[in-house]
Amino acid sequence: MAVARLWRHIPARYNLIGTECQICGGLYFPPRTTCPTCRRDGKIIERKFKGTGEVVTYTIIYSASSTFRRQTPYVLAIIRLDEGPQLTGQIVCNPDETKIGMKVRPIFRKLGEDGSSGIIYYGTKFTPLREASK
Amino acid sequence: MRDVAIIGVGCTKFGEMWERSFRDLFVEAGLNALEDAGTRGEDIEALYVGNMSAGKFIDQEHIGALIADYAGLAGSLHIPSTRVEAACASGGLALRDGVMAVASGLHDIVIAAGVEKMTDVETGVTIDALASAADREWEGFMGATFPGLYAMMARLHMHKYGTTREQLATVAVKNHHNATMNPKAQYRKEITIDDVINSPLVADPLRVYDCSPITDGAAAVVLAPAELARKLNDTPIYVRASAQASDTITLHDRRDITTLDATVYAAKRAYEMAGISPKDVDVAEVHDCFTIAEICAIEDLGFVQKGDGGPATEEGITALDGEIPINPSGGLKACGHPVGATGIKQAIEIAEQLRGDVRERQVNGAEIGLTHNVGGTGGTAVVHILSVNKR
Amino acid sequence: MIGITSYGAYIPCYRIKVEEIARVWGDNPEHIKKGLLICEKSVPDLDEDAATIAVEAARNAIRRRDIDPKEIGAVYIGSESHPYAVKPTATIVAEAIGATPDLTAADFEFACKAGTAAIQACMGEVTMGMIKYGMAIGADVSQGAPGDALEYTAAAGGAAYIIGKKNLIAEIEDTFSFTTDTPDFWRREGESYPMHGGRFTGEPAYFKHIMSATKSLMKKVGTKPGDYDYVVFHQPNGKFPLRMAKMLGFVEEQIKPGLVVSKLGNTYSGSSLIGLAAVLDQAKPGSRILMTSFGSGAGSDAFSMTVTDGIEETRGKAPTIAELLKSPKYIDYALYAKHKGKIVV
Repeated sequence: MAVARLWRHIPARYNLIGTECQICGGLYFPPRTTCPTCRRDGKIIERKFKGTGEVVTYTIIYSASSTFRRQTPYVLAIIRLDEGPQLTGQIVCNPDETKIGMKVRPIFRKLGEDGSSGIIYYGTKFTPLREASK
Repeated sequence: MRDVAIIGVGCTKFGEMWERSFRDLFVEAGLNALEDAGTRGEDIEALYVGNMSAGKFIDQEHIGALIADYAGLAGSLHIPSTRVEAACASGGLALRDGVMAVASGLHDIVIAAGVEKMTDVETGVTIDALASAADREWEGFMGATFPGLYAMMARLHMHKYGTTREQLATVAVKNHHNATMNPKAQYRKEITIDDVINSPLVADPLRVYDCSPITDGAAAVVLAPAELARKLNDTPIYVRASAQASDTITLHDRRDITTLDATVYAAKRAYEMAGISPKDVDVAEVHDCFTIAEICAIEDLGFVQKGDGGPATEEGITALDGEIPINPSGGLKACGHPVGATGIKQAIEIAEQLRGDVRERQVNGAEIGLTHNVGGTGGTAVVHILSVNKR
Repeated sequence: MIGITSYGAYIPCYRIKVEEIARVWGDNPEHIKKGLLICEKSVPDLDEDAATIAVEAARNAIRRRDIDPKEIGAVYIGSESHPYAVKPTATIVAEAIGATPDLTAADFEFACKAGTAAIQACMGEVTMGMIKYGMAIGADVSQGAPGDALEYTAAAGGAAYIIGKKNLIAEIEDTFSFTTDTPDFWRREGESYPMHGGRFTGEPAYFKHIMSATKSLMKKVGTKPGDYDYVVFHQPNGKFPLRMAKMLGFVEEQIKPGLVVSKLGNTYSGSSLIGLAAVLDQAKPGSRILMTSFGSGAGSDAFSMTVTDGIEETRGKAPTIAELLKSPKYIDYALYAKHKGKIVV
């Protein structure tokens, strides 16, 4: 993959920076350049999401594409952020402990790499929210 | 708008076709369809071909010209040939484009076809290519696989509606049974519920036998305006509705993760266009890329209430002798799923069912049939309603 | 007045026990445990490296004091396991904590003392008024060759320190460094694992440098061992810092609170900084702390500091070292080898 394509998404991948429409108040992650509700009438600004949320649904991936083959089994989930938008991400936890409704918080991890000599992709994964982890 | 009919069908065997190339597959399906229609290349005015990912699977783009060339329709006849793509709904879309071309009066006789050659790359590449039907940047990049996304639908469906592991397995068992009667099917063997629930996990809760296979294959139909159709063919099958709808590319942005709104809207538009309701449908080929997909499909197409797909399947209403037989061909699950060809194969199965041509797996007295083809996790859905009667 | 405005640490949750490594190589675990005073060491997850550890530590430091990341004018990261040979870890961290773009950033390398060298760089810039806050991080996913004695200790973890003049939790009175060209431990460009001089890493390297830096610092500040409540030395194993403390005239009560190596291993650039964090987790206002790092090659940076009243406001805002060490997940050697990329296919 050419680096520009990854570099462009660094703010969103590292810090969950999405967008907000100032007209309808709609919140979007990943960022959008046009509000899907207001379309041309919308006014889009940057919006950072906290990254805490809960598991809407999840799966445990056993058969992965070449990029993720070494990491199986891993937990993949749809997470509803506290602010409302939903996203797809990995949860770093024991697969057995994953539950619908489980609260999660963001962590910074490697998402992948372009072989051993190419660029490393970093970004946000999630982990169960426990008292000690605050 | 003119009424349109299917006047010929042709389909290769589905499976791992090691000896056959992409071109071989397409040419076989196309020639069979022309022969079945009793037409010749000279009669064809346009070609529409559904293909998801020749770029990734065989490193070849510009499929329209390639196919026209090898079918003998380019070098001397120079007919227009167009590739259409909507991931796994590419075939359904090609049919819709063909129907629109004939209905509009722009063309008289056209071919709508689909082809996919998936076994020329190693499995990891295939998995990755299929994942490109989802959002690469915000699903695939995070480690989502295609089965993984459907597994998340399954998990939530089970959570919300109490759908059971066994009910999901019933879909696979039924479709394998149907495929035993289909000589073109990839898997012609019976399986049991235990086989499904003891097969290896792919993306929990989905297992190997919950998933459609990797398949090579091609399918083609010949379309003609209704008035011409009767002159060329004794049993034209009329296209009563051709409808399509879109939804968010990502699963996580959907209104409801267990409902494919694209299916709901495409179906609604199709029923309106045909002037029928779900209960008028005698037989349907639906997009069962995974067992959960068939459960969602029969709900979203209006054959059963939302949430009742699991129990309904368990009760046998979707079996060949049930109230609404689903996937008599064996579906994507057992007949196979050469992605770009699937939407056309579904139309062929329904056309043959309505003609009364399918022997053992014949749904008796079927007059109205439906096909349902989905792209990605529901970003695109295409629904066609076919009938033995023009109105 | 200059000092520490905030600090944060991060330790991966996986551990491997000495017994498990010894089982693979046919060593006697009791001899190892007694010789190194170490029971287990931390292991990074498959998707963790020095950059991700640095980010987690940095975010904990910011969280502890609600620092506006835009006020951080420098991010320096000390590590001997930077993910890239060329391309800074510091830019990844600066972006991930939201400090970009108006700041300076760079990677440091000085074996196990790159993190304390980064603190000194920040101190200089803050003192000069070039920046308001500087962030210095020591983070490593250190490598020990399979079967090498280092494999029992080479661990993963890191700590981040925000250096400033305002909102201090500890004032740094002075720092002193002692540096010579002593090749006791090294890794050549392109090599996967370091080499070392065996027992040569002891007297002429670790002990000589820490002793010299510490003595000179105390002379400069005008203190003696008894003036400090806590002392922290680089912790390549459990034995060296204890012996160092004894040689310098410190007692066990001073060194024990910051000695975390036995359940953590040697986190290289993170080692003395995690030890200091463990001390700050429990130090009271007015406590005096002496910390001396050691980096092979070789050098030591010694710091004398006094805890301020500000420390009380920071309690409970970010995980303590004790919390980070809690509930580890133990893995066997095979999984450890997978996590560490020791299985090459």
